[in-house]
Amino acid sequence: MEELIIEGSPKTPTIKFNPSTGHLLVSGRSIPENSIEFYKPLIDILESYNENSQSNTKVDIQLEYFNTSSSKCILDVFKKLEAINSGSSEVIINWFYEEDDEDMLEAGEDYQAIINVPFKMIEVEE
Amino acid sequence: MDSIHGFYDKMESGNIMLSFKGEVTSNLLTSVLQIMETKMENLSEPPKIKKKVYNILVECLQNLYHHIDEDDPDTIVDEKSALFMIKKSDEGEYSIMTGNYIAVENAEIMKNRLDKINEMDRDQLKTYYKEVLNNGEMSAKGGGGLGMIDIARKSGKKLEYNFDPIDDKVSFFSLNIKIAQ
Repeated sequence: MEELIIEGSPKTPTIKFNPSTGHLLVSGRSIPENSIEFYKPLIDILESYNENSQSNTKVDIQLEYFNTSSSKCILDVFKKLEAINSGSSEVIINWFYEEDDEDMLEAGEDYQAIINVPFKMIEVEE
Repeated sequence: MDSIHGFYDKMESGNIMLSFKGEVTSNLLTSVLQIMETKMENLSEPPKIKKKVYNILVECLQNLYHHIDEDDPDTIVDEKSALFMIKKSDEGEYSIMTGNYIAVENAEIMKNRLDKINEMDRDQLKTYYKEVLNNGEMSAKGGGGLGMIDIARKSGKKLEYNFDPIDDKVSFFSLNIKIAQ
């Protein structure tokens, strides 16, 4: 499986997923008007990765902003990761938030409450 | 020519940082967000305020972008046209004001939704958000009903709104989001 690399833009995050290391990175801003279309390649690759996953899958979510349209798609991504976690791979989701950004911490906690995958909340300096 | 000065004074005394009236397009959103970011950068706003205002602005503007109705030739108004204004009061409180036409039948739905949100406290909003996030269907426009809940959560204030009836088909929907400091 090929690595998925989507370069970031002012409205969309950088996405890197390497199926041979099991590392997923989502970083930057996610405020597109049409987020379903944007997240489709990631959902698709996670779907096929689930059939042939690494023993460990590490996910780094480093979002500065995301809109509510993206929040549904991020949940879909996490649901795929939940399926991978209940399969043959051990998944960890690292949720990064800048110090003082309570909204972003709370957003991470909302997902943590819904998704059955270990989350780690990581505070970073601005 | 007097009216230009009048407009200026009104915006100046109303502490309007930015305003726009017309059709809200994707490119416009990108530009407005960039302008507001630079403005807040220049004002050295604390990162916390900057992020809140930015986040709420994204939701408000994308609401206008997604939910504006097509122009109905049977009504006297142009449904595609909207208004938004961003204000910073002398006390430093930000508000985002939006105005747009809405079909009468949708106005009732919107009013009920806003009333429901306004009755909730912080924890209830959190629970409601998670519920809609997890169970709500994504609408064709991608919103899925989370926008207003998110705005209410992040602003920390009640959503002020008004519907002005134009005729039996259309109303003008005004929304004033104040952002708690």
